Amino acid sequence: MKKVVFVFAALLMMTATFAQSEKYIKAMEALVPAVDTTHSMEGLTDLANSFERIANAEKTQWLPYYYSALCLINKANMYFQAQQPDKIDPIMDQAEPMLKKAEELEKNNAELLCLKKMFNTGKMMADPMNRYMTYGPAAAQALEMAKGLNPENPRVYLLEGIDKFYTPEQFGGSKTEGKKLFEVAAKKFETFKPASTIHPSWGIGQVKYFLTQE
Amino acid sequence: MKQLKNVIFGLLSMISMQTLSAQTTVKGVLKDNKENPVSGASISIKDSYDGATSDSTGKYFFKTSEKGSQVLLISYIGYKPIEQAIKLEGGVLTIDATLKQEINELTAVVLSAGTFEASDRKRAAVVLDPIDIVTTASANGDITGALKTLPGAQQVGESEGLYVRGGTAAETKTFIDGTLVNNFFYSSVPNVAQFGRFSPFIFKGTVFSTGGYSALYGQALSSALILESIDLPEQSSANLGISVLSGSAGYQHLSKNKKSSFGASYSYTDLGLAFAVIKQKQDYSKAPAYHSGDANFRIKTSKTGMLKYYGYFSSNKLAFTTNSIDSIGYLDKFAISNTNIYHNLAWKENLAKKWKINLGVSYTNNKDDINSGMQGLNKNDVVLGTLEFKKFNVDTKGNYFNAKAVLEKKLKGLSAVRFGAEYNYSNDKLVYTDYNGQQYPSGLKEHIKSVFGEADVYATNDLAIKGGLRFEHSSILDKTNIAPRMSVAYKLSKGSQASLAYGIFYQNPERKYLPSPNELTFMKATHYIAQYQKAANQQTFRAEVFYKKYDNLVKTGTIGFTEGAINNNGFGDAKGIEFFWRDKKTIKDFDYWISYSYLDTKRDFLNFPFAITPNFAAKHTASLVMKKFITPWKTQFNGAYNYASGRPYYNIQKTGQDYKFNDRGTIPDYHNVSFSINYLPSIGKKDAKSFAVYVFQVSNVFNIKQTYGYNYSYNGYRKEAIVPTSRMFVFIGAFISFGVDRSDEVINSSL
Repeated sequence: MKKVVFVFAALLMMTATFAQSEKYIKAMEALVPAVDTTHSMEGLTDLANSFERIANAEKTQWLPYYYSALCLINKANMYFQAQQPDKIDPIMDQAEPMLKKAEELEKNNAELLCLKKMFNTGKMMADPMNRYMTYGPAAAQALEMAKGLNPENPRVYLLEGIDKFYTPEQFGGSKTEGKKLFEVAAKKFETFKPASTIHPSWGIGQVKYFLTQE
Repeated sequence: MKQLKNVIFGLLSMISMQTLSAQTTVKGVLKDNKENPVSGASISIKDSYDGATSDSTGKYFFKTSEKGSQVLLISYIGYKPIEQAIKLEGGVLTIDATLKQEINELTAVVLSAGTFEASDRKRAAVVLDPIDIVTTASANGDITGALKTLPGAQQVGESEGLYVRGGTAAETKTFIDGTLVNNFFYSSVPNVAQFGRFSPFIFKGTVFSTGGYSALYGQALSSALILESIDLPEQSSANLGISVLSGSAGYQHLSKNKKSSFGASYSYTDLGLAFAVIKQKQDYSKAPAYHSGDANFRIKTSKTGMLKYYGYFSSNKLAFTTNSIDSIGYLDKFAISNTNIYHNLAWKENLAKKWKINLGVSYTNNKDDINSGMQGLNKNDVVLGTLEFKKFNVDTKGNYFNAKAVLEKKLKGLSAVRFGAEYNYSNDKLVYTDYNGQQYPSGLKEHIKSVFGEADVYATNDLAIKGGLRFEHSSILDKTNIAPRMSVAYKLSKGSQASLAYGIFYQNPERKYLPSPNELTFMKATHYIAQYQKAANQQTFRAEVFYKKYDNLVKTGTIGFTEGAINNNGFGDAKGIEFFWRDKKTIKDFDYWISYSYLDTKRDFLNFPFAITPNFAAKHTASLVMKKFITPWKTQFNGAYNYASGRPYYNIQKTGQDYKFNDRGTIPDYHNVSFSINYLPSIGKKDAKSFAVYVFQVSNVFNIKQTYGYNYSYNGYRKEAIVPTSRMFVFIGAFISFGVDRSDEVINSSL
């Protein structure tokens, strides 16, 4: 009898965990598509908070930390475009622990290295004159590592393209070279298959946008 | 068996409860302690996915299927998180909350009265970036040159040092990684300002205090210049520099694990070539030539610990003659050779329980050999009757040792207490040789022992108070002083703040007045400073008023056959108002700052007959500094204009028992326009292996006549203007670094 109860209890627990991960995937599936379509600061704050709640409840999943940090970094980029660079640092202070936690949970991942690149570039943009010597190389290094780990990842080329696109020609930038990279990214997107429904797949919208820019 | 049934029943009911639950609606409004809505805050039920983000009116709303006793978490960056126990029983639950600001460095008020900071930290006292020190056109790559464009500092060109708010250059002391630096400048040459010895590139942070500084520092009546050396380099690199004045080479090695580095550099400067092209007022028989070398290592001793060593050596010589003011048809000769060795070792570490330790020791050995005399027009040494005293030799040897320990304990928020001790030892030996070879040796040993403590209290993000106390004992004076220091800062609104500072500062009489047959004591200054600052979005405005009272200044008089310190009955005061405005925003890619100082000061010290405005104090001082980077040309243009209203000058002579003015007046206003171009062809080339910076610099572009004061003949009948050694000066140089892009860093590095 004891054995029966034990098996029964074990079964129950298994279903519970299964139900838990199903819940996790469902919750993530509801949020992940919004990453590519949210373009307001309030929306990104809300989305970052939602991912953070999942991250804090799960504690062992790197994806919600990743997405939370990504939303915050996207928000910081919006402040940069709005010419309010002094707003960047406080947001990056929020994003940094998320990125760190994701890195602890998931090693050698091209997506995380892309995020690390975005983080460092964002930090640099808050004060380019004084920070390009520290954050610039850190960003370049992270992107290089991402490319080494997964040369098929379209976001590597998207980020590289954005760098080329916005850097003045005198500093080694080039709009035409940027475009070539966006085209590579578009090609890679055609064949790129995310590891699951909730793994990163964002970026095609941005690629299309940049391909229409002069 | 019955027990087992219960277990199974319990497990089953747990599952069913999860599926059969009714939802609870949680809503509320979030405000801060000023009743403003907090938007963007995250509200969640602990360990669940349920929650919401507050909207622009601070409202939030969400539904949850969690049940029973739970914890509601409310968090927002910059605010203290709230955890509240709640019971979820269906229906609607309203939880309003007031968020309290968390005290942190990004939002907290900064104790900035009397403080200018150049660093990459983001805080209110920071008005300059580290790179500003080297890209200020009038600075000539010298740290103090850049600081002279800030309010509070005088444009004194006839001698080196920072003259701050009516104080002498000796009233400013310099500290590297916490310890005092002796001989920060090259040894003085009459009427020619000398450069600082240290390259601005070895420092990552500069704090220039124009008054009211912390109890951690002492022995400076007016000002403290606090320099923090760089940590590990980004990468190994080698660099080369060549200019019309000098050649230099250096190497920095970063270990593979990026936990330690070492490096060394050497430079040789010879002004002979420049002086051959740009005519100098003096006739140099030996143009200034400098050998200098430095070495460093930096070791990360733990995750938070760092051990740094910096060592420096230099040897330089120069000799020149000028037409003698005392006797027509003769020349005055001056020659100096100097060697200087400096070592600095500093260690910092975070200890357990929020304790932090800073230890530093430094040692300096300085030798000067000064040779003065007269020559005939064909450069033969002569001794003229009644002017015999103009021929002499002075050999000085100084050994200086400093040690300092500071312990810090972090308290809640940004509050902290700090205390520690400092020991300064100096041993000066001097041999004076007169015209007929008679030697007069003298020596002076001094021990200054200090203990100090201070507390920073951040009551809220809006109010900070610092209180400190310093005790010093001087062995040579055999006296002790107690110096209280105090500052307060209050945040008026986002970006604007008001601060006050008060403090008493003591300093020993200068070494040349010691030992004295008369009993001397510490000189004393009391500072009162009030400041208003507004900084927002790439613009900074600052206004500061101050009052400084001097007591116990040294008075000089005749002791035997020479002049020396007779008592501490000197006194004085200084008051003024200063403005600073920096704007990086209004014009794209154009950065400028303007500073203005009004100074009203009088003092009675040394041989002054009564209290007068000293000859190193101008009433109005102003600077305009401009920088523009033109991207298509990869070139930065820097311009600067410095102005000072005419300073007074005096010729004071003793007649009978009294000192009287033999002559007095005001020198013309001072104007200086400087311009520099930095061309960085390799910037942005990611794959480039080397990075070059080309520098072209002109000081006093318009060749304006500048007068710093007057020299008088010994009999007082003749006077001659003290002017710069040349009006205009041109500098051309190239600096190349291999390995890492240090383009900005090498600009002007060998000036």
